[in-house]
Amino acid sequence: MSIMTTLTDPPKASFRLSMLLYDTRYRSTTIQVIVLIAFMLGAAWLLNNVRVNLALAGKDFNYGFLQQVSNFDINQRLIEYSSTSTYGRATIIGLMNTLLIAVMGCLTATFIGVTVGILRLSSNWVVSRLATVYVEMFRNVPVLLWILLIMGALSESLPQPKDFRGDEPSATMSVFDSVAVTNRGIYVPEPLFSTGLGDIPVFWNSFEISLDLMAILAVLFAGLMIGKLIKTRAIQTQAATGELPKTGLIRLAIVVIPMLIVLWMLGFYLGYPELKGFNFQGGTRLGNPLLALWIALSLYTAAFIAEIVRAGIMAISKGQSEAAGALGLRPGRTMNLVILPQAMRVIIPPLISQYLNLTKNSSLAVAVGYADITSTLGNTTLNQTGRELECILLLMGCYLAISLVVSTVMNAYNERTKLRER
Amino acid sequence: MTMTDQSYVRTQMLGEKAPPVSNVGIIGWMKNNLFSSPLNIILSLLAIAAVYFVLAALLPWVFGGVWNASSLKECRAILLEIHGEPTHRACWGVIHERFWQLMYGFYPSDLYWRPNLALVWLFAAIAPVLFNGLPKKMLLVSVAFPFVAPWLIWGGSFWVPVMAFMGFVVGFLVHRFASKMISPLMGIIVGVLATLLWWLLLSSPMANLFAGIVPLAIEEVGSRQIGGFMLAILLGITGIALSFPIGIVLALGRLSDLVIVKALCVGFIEFIRGVPLITLLFVASVLLNYFLPKGTQFDIILRVMIMITFFAAAYMAEVIRGGLAALPKGQYEAADALGLDYWKAQRLIILPQALKISIPGIVSNFIGLFKDTTLVSIIALSDPIGWVKLIQGNAEWNGVIWELYGFVAFVFFLFCFSMSRYSMYLERKLQTGH
Amino acid sequence: MSDSATARAQMSVSDEVAIEITSMNKWYGAFHVLKDINMVVNRGERIVVCGPSGSGKSTLIRCINRLEVHQEGTIIVDGTELSSDLKNIDKIRSEVGMCFQHFNLFPHLTVLENLTLAPIWVRKTPQKEAQDTAMHFLEKVKIPEQADKYPGQLSGGQQQRVAIARSLCMKPRIMLFDEPTSALDPEMIKEVLDTMIELAEEGMTMICVTHEMGFARQVANRVIFMDEGQIVEQNEPEEFFNNPKSERTKLFLSQILGH
Repeated sequence: MSIMTTLTDPPKASFRLSMLLYDTRYRSTTIQVIVLIAFMLGAAWLLNNVRVNLALAGKDFNYGFLQQVSNFDINQRLIEYSSTSTYGRATIIGLMNTLLIAVMGCLTATFIGVTVGILRLSSNWVVSRLATVYVEMFRNVPVLLWILLIMGALSESLPQPKDFRGDEPSATMSVFDSVAVTNRGIYVPEPLFSTGLGDIPVFWNSFEISLDLMAILAVLFAGLMIGKLIKTRAIQTQAATGELPKTGLIRLAIVVIPMLIVLWMLGFYLGYPELKGFNFQGGTRLGNPLLALWIALSLYTAAFIAEIVRAGIMAISKGQSEAAGALGLRPGRTMNLVILPQAMRVIIPPLISQYLNLTKNSSLAVAVGYADITSTLGNTTLNQTGRELECILLLMGCYLAISLVVSTVMNAYNERTKLRER
Repeated sequence: MTMTDQSYVRTQMLGEKAPPVSNVGIIGWMKNNLFSSPLNIILSLLAIAAVYFVLAALLPWVFGGVWNASSLKECRAILLEIHGEPTHRACWGVIHERFWQLMYGFYPSDLYWRPNLALVWLFAAIAPVLFNGLPKKMLLVSVAFPFVAPWLIWGGSFWVPVMAFMGFVVGFLVHRFASKMISPLMGIIVGVLATLLWWLLLSSPMANLFAGIVPLAIEEVGSRQIGGFMLAILLGITGIALSFPIGIVLALGRLSDLVIVKALCVGFIEFIRGVPLITLLFVASVLLNYFLPKGTQFDIILRVMIMITFFAAAYMAEVIRGGLAALPKGQYEAADALGLDYWKAQRLIILPQALKISIPGIVSNFIGLFKDTTLVSIIALSDPIGWVKLIQGNAEWNGVIWELYGFVAFVFFLFCFSMSRYSMYLERKLQTGH
Repeated sequence: MSDSATARAQMSVSDEVAIEITSMNKWYGAFHVLKDINMVVNRGERIVVCGPSGSGKSTLIRCINRLEVHQEGTIIVDGTELSSDLKNIDKIRSEVGMCFQHFNLFPHLTVLENLTLAPIWVRKTPQKEAQDTAMHFLEKVKIPEQADKYPGQLSGGQQQRVAIARSLCMKPRIMLFDEPTSALDPEMIKEVLDTMIELAEEGMTMICVTHEMGFARQVANRVIFMDEGQIVEQNEPEEFFNNPKSERTKLFLSQILGH
């Protein structure tokens, strides 16, 4: 006799439509399907409107205009360009200019911001209050206003080129007559090579890369790498004997001396700007739009970076520096070994966020006439070709690409340096 | 081995003594804060000298300026008479003459009471959020605000905002009915559909109908007449207000477990946060019309408001997501244990707390958005910066730079600085509240 | 003499003076926080400082290694006077180790790196030697297996023992403890107190600010009671606990021993 009671299968409930909404097994799928369908309907409606409106305006959607001749000039550029170049080339110049101002701005903003942030923590009352005034002043006024203000200052209060002329000029060049600060821009000497290696064309003859620049960069890179090796060996020496050999001077020499040798071999000399006719010729011109944008973005972003640095250092509890002090570490070592490594974790993520903000704010170049990608693609090219949809999509795509790259790098850094807890 | 006898009992407690002179008072303060080390002495002296030089140049310029002049030439003439040189003093005549335009744009001056009333109404509307203990009736003021304020600013028939409001009433009634008849979820869906249908189809004809019977209207003001700081405030406030519900939905969507909902929300948020605001304004200016059915023509300010709302919603979503994350997990678990479904839990327990935590972040968002409204000057809207360019284009004031930009910067500074101080005050209050 | 007194007598106290504080006064701004402190600590002595909160006991021991600065009076540690001379401060800090209430371990370094940091950078010890010393002291506090973990992965009691080992790696002659068990869960207090008792048995000079009166009875030569910034009473533990002389002492003892 079977003493086991067999379990009969529970009666299968018949599938009812309302189970789609109420049974937790189906509910989430149902909602997602509904959302997806609603989204696709909405998207289809929008795209249809676009198609109809484009047809009405007699336009189609293609990027062929990038190969047409652009018919406009760009003053501030890193590579060759003229009004007979294509719109595509103009776009690339715009992108390069955006990256240029972003890198320049981030470097100076970091330098100023870290300095001001540390000054704000100073025990000296006057210094820390001055730093506070700077931070509050720049944070609470729109960045566009700063850009226009500085642009106005540069254009109005600097001398004209013709003021440098004559027996009693009202303006003189600075830095041993090599730099001219005018209201059209700053003229600085440009690097030239008398026995240079020349240029090589790449990308199907669209760019030329200077071999001299490549050589200098290669030597610089090699110098830095060797310097790093020297530092590693010094740390190993410290681990073995306890004494840390001083390597600063040697590493500096390893970088500087080969550079000087290379520059001498390439016949490096400076081309100075000279006043000829109504304008300065020779040298490199840093136009007012570039300068105004650079100064304004740096000062504005530095104010935010100062706050981030200050918050980061203050976030490290006082007990850490007390414990280090109780162990006998001097304040300098404490900052280097204990405080800064912890503060960096707190500082770096919002810092990267500010770098992205600076890059996006560089799009305000369109207000002062600096040829970044918003100016060339979103403004001039769009107005001349009438291809609004294509231009704006491409423009957004470029910024999204930059944001994506920077975000990915930052997330990787965050993962690697997380404090391990249980 | 006996130890040395170290036993001791104090018979008389000591009172407090005054600290050494160099420790307190103004000398002590100066010693500790300004001159505590050789480096600090040098820094302090340099800093004080720098401050003196800057103020010596700036203060005479600001306070020795000319207020009553109607052109730059006149300013210079007056300065020449008084001081013997036509520069180094501000020509505040431009501000004196153009103040109202910088504030209100081309808005008719006899109608200033309308935007002023709308602003007062705004403060009344947000008062229940910021202060506890106000009577519940105040919420009626808050609810009425989104309908009354646009009507005050743009004017037109009284029936338009009334019919817009009726849309919500209709939706609510339909929702109630459907919830009872079919199911709560269907109730929400049908209610929302009813509101949308009302707005799209019935709102205008009904408004016209009533207007025909009882013509109640105030003078209309075109969008092109709105300018100056009024435009900046208008854009900022509508941006934040409209982005608030959208931001909540996006934040909840981003935190949800439903893959498709999460992907859509993340995609939207990261897209908006990855592009500069100026590109979105370009979209508003030239591109948005392509996405609308042929023939519709939205006002430029309305298009700009739509894009600014999208922009603000993405950043608002991130702030609210931070607030939701700051809430202890126990709150979610307690709500579940009580048997509340998702939407009830959100409405009654999670969101009220999360939003309260997010308030400083929201204020900070608003300050940023308010500063960003200056970008509309690039697409030729007459916000304060647009007005600066307009005034400079005038023959009388051609060449005035510092006074105009300085004034606009000063007003922005006042606004943003006080809002940020208020936000810090709120943050402190919220911290001690827990 | 009772058992514990016998045990304490076996932990010898020499006549050499380790710390001498004379007429020390300290102000925070205008607030007089330490009033006329006079104290002599001999080498090998174990002192427990107790008192109500705000009495200045933590401030007192933090003045000894210059984490706080005194305005009047003298503090002489191991023959060196504590002044604003950096060389004196460095010398004193290398002789005096300190353990904090909240451990203050460096969260970005492993346990082993926490212990070797100061010997490498202050004493210029080679890395291998520093690591050997570190492992020796980790074994002493009975957690050698945690050497490669990060502080965040340890329990509170383990973290405080690591903190004690970290101070010991600098081979101090005096150890200061600032409420070392106040932040610990009850079941972890014993492991830390046992470590401190072992230290005492090896003859370490100690000043310990604590509420653990059992520890005071077992190990201390002298208990000092402070209130309102001044030393009110000090005596051998037997006399102190059984025969408090001042009213304030009696009140305090009734409050903490009452439950």
